Amino acid sequence: MQADGNYSALNEFWHNLKAIPREVYRSMFRGGAPKTDRTRSSFVFGNVFLHLHSVRTHLWSLRWSTTAGLGIITTAAFFITLVTGVLLMFYYKPYTDVAYQSIKDIHFIVPTGRYMRNIHRWAANVMVVAVILHMARAFYTAAYRHPREFNWFIGWGLLVTTLALSFTGYLLPWDQLAYWAITIGANIAQSPREITDAMGITEFMDIGGLQREILLGSEVVGAEALIRFYLLHVMILPLVLAGLMAVHFWRIRKDGGLAKPKDADERVADEAKEFYPVFTDQPAKTYQLAAIVKGKTPAVNSGPEHTVPSMPHLFYAELGVLMLTTLICVGLAFISDAPLKELANPLVPENPAKAPWYFLGLQEIVSFSAFMGGIGIPMLCIIGLGLIPFLDREKEGTGEWFGGPGGWRLVKWSIAVGFVSSILVEAFAIRFGWLREWFPDIPQLVITFVNPGTVITAIYAAFSIWAVKRFNSTRAGALALFTCFLAGFIVLTVVGTYFRGPNWDFYWSPSSWPGH
Amino acid sequence: MTTHPGEKKSRFDPDPIPRRDFLGLAALGSMAAAFVFAVFGMLKLPKAAVSATLSKKFNVSLPDTLLDGEAFIPPGRNVAVFRDAEGVYAISTVCTHLGCIVKASGAGFDCPCHGSGFEKDGTVRKGPAPKPLPWLKVSRNGSLLNIDEGTTVKSGTRV
Repeated sequence: MQADGNYSALNEFWHNLKAIPREVYRSMFRGGAPKTDRTRSSFVFGNVFLHLHSVRTHLWSLRWSTTAGLGIITTAAFFITLVTGVLLMFYYKPYTDVAYQSIKDIHFIVPTGRYMRNIHRWAANVMVVAVILHMARAFYTAAYRHPREFNWFIGWGLLVTTLALSFTGYLLPWDQLAYWAITIGANIAQSPREITDAMGITEFMDIGGLQREILLGSEVVGAEALIRFYLLHVMILPLVLAGLMAVHFWRIRKDGGLAKPKDADERVADEAKEFYPVFTDQPAKTYQLAAIVKGKTPAVNSGPEHTVPSMPHLFYAELGVLMLTTLICVGLAFISDAPLKELANPLVPENPAKAPWYFLGLQEIVSFSAFMGGIGIPMLCIIGLGLIPFLDREKEGTGEWFGGPGGWRLVKWSIAVGFVSSILVEAFAIRFGWLREWFPDIPQLVITFVNPGTVITAIYAAFSIWAVKRFNSTRAGALALFTCFLAGFIVLTVVGTYFRGPNWDFYWSPSSWPGH
Repeated sequence: MTTHPGEKKSRFDPDPIPRRDFLGLAALGSMAAAFVFAVFGMLKLPKAAVSATLSKKFNVSLPDTLLDGEAFIPPGRNVAVFRDAEGVYAISTVCTHLGCIVKASGAGFDCPCHGSGFEKDGTVRKGPAPKPLPWLKVSRNGSLLNIDEGTTVKSGTRV
């Protein structure tokens, strides 16, 4: 334009001014609209957030039956809790004398406050359920195997962080429910004393006491504990979760997408026909970077057939799941209010004092032994879960639901064993009591190691050892053990939720609780 | 690869003494050590040195109407004080299982959280509690009783 004799800088400025929206958009999305395979690719890898995904997605991964969208539901629920949680922080005050009042303000005075708190609570519940189901999906499709061991590990960290986030959030309203749940939680942290006391070494090595002290910042559940739980809930744990999430998603891509069966290509062949072939010739490029990178992620010497561009196929599916999750949370929040009991009273516990529902299974086994129920068995489960991919290194059945020796038939049997044995042991303990009732002078250490919780665990362990031998396969053992523990978790949670009343006694229904 | 004196060395040949490697490793090692010490130093912060709690000692006078073996709960305290023919004694009402507050009942004490039951003298009757309820130190202070929640005494000690 400058060559033109009539160039006017003022005109040019006016022209630039008008072009601002278009040019800003162009500088942001350099590739242009995602209309061809090429621009669809650059849409993904040119975007810092989207490029956690691969550019193309295998048709197998897009099937509902592969994942049921559980990972995305968990992520969506996290984002919903993030947004609503930040909104609640505008009014919430983490001090013991005003915390409860500020929750009441949020409930009764703040515009939409009650609704936002309900959504926050429901999204948190959805997240816990979805993360457990997501783990079960990854387990049953044997998706934890090489090269995805590390990502299972990260997912394991995400599960623990999610539960910790829920638990720390439970204290913040500073009502009776919160206060006594945290008292119990803090004393579970202290329960290694059950062992050190029995060994007579508590004076020299009080691990339990130290854990409790660091958690509460004081000898009692009070102002220090509240601010600590608040800090964990709104800052430390969300940061940990976000960091782990980024690694988790990125690793999916780097580990070659979702796990799929060997014959996945043939099984999606019919669907793949609808899509234009990606490469009409063998790729001529030599992948120079691929030559030095270990592993088989870049598809050298074969075109990425049976895949579709992630934009729009994957992203639209993800957005759909996000909308569905939002709808579920918003709907539940509309129907049911988040609970708020009376102001915390350190002198009179709730009767019964119940933890959040997903910890009631734990509370049930804690009612047999504080250390075994609260630390011993959960640690065993958590460590066992984390190590699954290193203990089962077989190849058969990867990417298939209930894949591997034994398969669905073994899982069915495991469900039966898991349910029946835990119900029987529970029923026995409820009907006849346990060792202490029969032999009042029995040493505590015996009860710590022989109680309904450890008996159920032992039955499950024995059954899965049988499965390993019967099918001569580590995968069969893993299938049996995981299924049994899932069944046991359900049984104990249901008993703790519906059948335990005042003094943690057994009642068929809350309507038969004695008045109090 | 062996080298001979006077022979020109390629920079790719291994040094007889990998000086650079050694210095590099030493630097890394000292950095890691400094980092570990820093983390330990920082961990001192969350462990509170002083904990602001209510005084564990308090005075109380028992009402004259208190019956033999009936529990008296001083307001705001997790202690049950008893009087019988042999004297006065105090038992902590904090459950030894997971810290809920037990309720004095006809049979002794019952815990609402996980169903622990204790006899009147604090010994475990049922449930998961690993230890009996501790007896607390009571001393007479004129007409008042001084109770120390921080000091336990042998069960059966009456004043």
